Amino acid sequence: MSRFSILYANPDMAVSREALKEPAFFSDLHLDQVVDAVIAGYEEYDLKPFFYESLKSCDAIAYRQEIVRDLGNTRLLEALKSFSLGMQTMRTHLAQAKKLHNFSQKRRWFLDAVAVYCETIERLGNDLADLDLASRGFQALREFLNEYSHSPGFTSLVAEIAQLDAELSGVTYCLHIQGNKITVRKSKSSQDYIREVEHTFKGFLQDPVQPFQERFPEYPEMNHVEAKVLDLVALQYPEVFSHLSAFHEKNLNYLDETVARFDREVHFYLAYLDLVARIKNENLPFCIPEVSDTEKEVESREGFDLALAIRLSPQGIPVVTNDFYLEGRERIFVITGPNQGGKTTFARVFGQLHFLAGLGCPVPGRTARLYLFDRIFTHFEREESLGNLRSKLEDDLLRIHSIFTTCTPRSIIIINEMFTSTTVQDALYLGRKVLEQAIQLDLLCIYVTFLDELTMLEKTVSMVSTVAPDNPDVRTYRVVRRPADGLSYAIAIARKKRVTYEAILERIPS
Amino acid sequence: MKPHLLFRNRDFCPAWGMLPKYPQPTRWRDREYEEQWALLPHVLRMVTQDLELDILFKSMAQGDRYLYEVAKNVVLLSVPDTGTILYRQDILRDCIRNTKVVREIYGICDESIEGYFKEFTWYTGKSADSVRGTSIRALTLFIGKLVLLRKVAEDHGGTFESEGFREFFAMLKRELTDEYIVSLNAILGELSLPAGACITAELGKGNKGTNYTLQRCREIPPQTWIARVLSIDPSAQYSFTIADRDTTGFRALAEMRGKSLNPVSRILHQATDHIFRFFTSLKIELAFYLGCVHLREELMRLGEPVCFPVPREPGNRTLTSKGLYDACMALQKNQAIIGNDVNAEGKDLVLITGANRGGKSTFLRSVGLAQLLMQCGSCVPAESFSADVCRGVFTHFRREEDHEMRSGKLDEELTRMSEIIDHLSPDSMVLFNESFAATNEREGSEISRQIVCALLKKRVKIIFVTHLHEFSRGLFERNMGNASFLRAERKPDGERTFKIKEGEPLQTSFGKDLYHRIFCES
Repeated sequence: MSRFSILYANPDMAVSREALKEPAFFSDLHLDQVVDAVIAGYEEYDLKPFFYESLKSCDAIAYRQEIVRDLGNTRLLEALKSFSLGMQTMRTHLAQAKKLHNFSQKRRWFLDAVAVYCETIERLGNDLADLDLASRGFQALREFLNEYSHSPGFTSLVAEIAQLDAELSGVTYCLHIQGNKITVRKSKSSQDYIREVEHTFKGFLQDPVQPFQERFPEYPEMNHVEAKVLDLVALQYPEVFSHLSAFHEKNLNYLDETVARFDREVHFYLAYLDLVARIKNENLPFCIPEVSDTEKEVESREGFDLALAIRLSPQGIPVVTNDFYLEGRERIFVITGPNQGGKTTFARVFGQLHFLAGLGCPVPGRTARLYLFDRIFTHFEREESLGNLRSKLEDDLLRIHSIFTTCTPRSIIIINEMFTSTTVQDALYLGRKVLEQAIQLDLLCIYVTFLDELTMLEKTVSMVSTVAPDNPDVRTYRVVRRPADGLSYAIAIARKKRVTYEAILERIPS
Repeated sequence: MKPHLLFRNRDFCPAWGMLPKYPQPTRWRDREYEEQWALLPHVLRMVTQDLELDILFKSMAQGDRYLYEVAKNVVLLSVPDTGTILYRQDILRDCIRNTKVVREIYGICDESIEGYFKEFTWYTGKSADSVRGTSIRALTLFIGKLVLLRKVAEDHGGTFESEGFREFFAMLKRELTDEYIVSLNAILGELSLPAGACITAELGKGNKGTNYTLQRCREIPPQTWIARVLSIDPSAQYSFTIADRDTTGFRALAEMRGKSLNPVSRILHQATDHIFRFFTSLKIELAFYLGCVHLREELMRLGEPVCFPVPREPGNRTLTSKGLYDACMALQKNQAIIGNDVNAEGKDLVLITGANRGGKSTFLRSVGLAQLLMQCGSCVPAESFSADVCRGVFTHFRREEDHEMRSGKLDEELTRMSEIIDHLSPDSMVLFNESFAATNEREGSEISRQIVCALLKKRVKIIFVTHLHEFSRGLFERNMGNASFLRAERKPDGERTFKIKEGEPLQTSFGKDLYHRIFCES
């Protein structure tokens, strides 16, 4: 049984059964894109389940946040990356051993795999020894490594590898190739002859030129000639080769279970922090959020849509950040303003920030104070499906109803442009009804709508997406906290078309 | 081994597609003339075009493309160093005296290079083993040719006086002793591996053999069982053979051999390459001198004077010459033409004004040509010539009116000017011919004035032909000590002599004469 976990304070914890499939809100919040980007390049560790399940207690989050803080130390991060690389090398060596057919080759690859494993463990132990580690997780790791690398099983393994390596490097031989005949015998190798040739031509070798070299393909397999030669060499060094076989049989189960689990789980952090490092810059900060399970006065400074940043950053397109906060009895953001102005993105940011915080991960933004939710529900517009005979309005209502039957006051609901398929009167009425339920439950909610009137309800905060004042075609993607003013956009367009009062007076000659 | 006939201590590096890069994909002559021309930097294409250097190169080449390319490279890569110029002048004097011997050496180079290309063709394998084989054959050929070269040195060395040739012949005798030739041939024999390859190896990654190293094959291992029983080292020696039809087996065997042959192939290839470069350099260097000899003969045939110029250190401004003429024009017209005398001691700026079609451009070209020829070490077309050595000669000539882009004319001129400025440094030389006249006189003058003043401030030597009166008059009235004003001569009766004499800029450019002649005589 493994003795500690880098993901859970209690090593007996593991991801639950539900975590094996993607949560329903993932695609609405574009978290699926985020997770795909995070685990790209880390597929072998099967990390997705870890990203599907948010934690349920503040302490569980704190356990991971401590670890993330420790990982701010680049020496620790480098040590772990080199550990990860070592384990990967070990695995490729083992895979290689499995693929090959020649007996003595398989054994040698196995020996190399074990040697890499031992080195990797020892190096990580040494690297961690003098680091200042504050997290419970890494302290436990250090303790474990210390114990394990001094256990008699491990130390004797290391000694035997060294012994065997020395024996194998003493194997040298000479091939005499005459036509199609090869003769093999023991021999010391020497560079003397090459040096002599070089000396003879010394006068002609002064120019610095690109030296000729025939490139030979490097591949681990041996062809039958090499195999035959190796067999003849083995006949001349029987003790060495039988020692190699004995080592393999004795050490088949060398890999420690705790090490294996740590190797997988630590990549949860490495993968995520790798992504953060790629995105992070002066304008796109990340922070470790304050998470509370009692306070709903959430706040974020310079938060941004991580999925958008993943897509735009490589192209050098700047990503707009937004601030939000709720104070006192405020619970609901009602977002209005021009389309394509960043309304949906704002809603996603709110959801992403909360979910990522619930994983114990750093979140986009300069600072963040977030709420520990129990569940997230989203209601985004769907394509009308032909297989679905209900009307769109009916569908909307059914979906929202099912949300309200399962949510609790600790849930988060994100609603995007509901009731667009009906009249304004209906939409207003239904929207108000939905919001009233949310207000009554006192839960955190985002409501993206085109109806200014909905911003007037209690517990709501009005947020408006904006356009550049002098050119209404340029979206700023900034969503600001201010009363809804459906007019400014229309006025801006009028100015551009020169149909404002002043413009008309100017254009019409007197 | 380096010939060092163009520079005392270093190789000449042809810049524009002469020497094929390693490895040799094509020979220079496989390239088209246009392609070769496009390799020249644009500023040098302008110089070539403006001074009509093509005529010069053709005369030096006498129909040989190789000589043409060499002449172009050496002339355009002029050296700003009087020592090297004098070094080359001495060698050229030797070549004039011993043209026959020089042609013989040139022939040996040619044969070596052709022989080399027969061995290393585009279909020569790139494997270590095939490189070893071809290198051994090429080296055997080269060694033969080097021995031949040494013999020429022994037979004729005495008649050469220049430092360059004396050092070259001494080097051949010093580096190619008889013993050395014997040991070279011996090791080449050994490396053709008559008794097979002896290779040592170790166990590498995954027990695959590695560090394959070639050893000298001394003892051929005992063949018969009796010999095996009797052999001193009874420790096991095992053999196996590869079946005749086992092609993968043979490929595997070749790979092992190849790995061990890599180092010797590298050495052999490098040595071959070195000697190939030696012959190539020698051929290029001699080709240049042969070109100079051709040019001298051509001009003398026309009855024109030719002299060895006196170079001055950079910065010691002078432009002193007697009977300076435009060789290209003479070669093109195939007749002797009128030369000019000039004496501009200590002048940074020479400004030439005067009658249209009065020989200004021809004079300007003759100055540029003589400067270039002096700086490559050749004789120059004049009775006597002396000038300070410049760091680069550049030309800014007015281009023929291009109807399609008349509006962009000044734009184009200034673009070219800016391009030239990229290449300038103190003691460079710029020849201007009717530049910046694409706009009105006032603007053109102002542009010219600003450019000229800036260049003078940067100590650039300028020869400027202009009819921008405001510009030339303005400079004249400044009474600058470092400027010389020349004028195309016109006799009182209006007749042109095509002589350039000292004289202040005058208001009229004698266009009236031209007008009269064309309109009255027709």
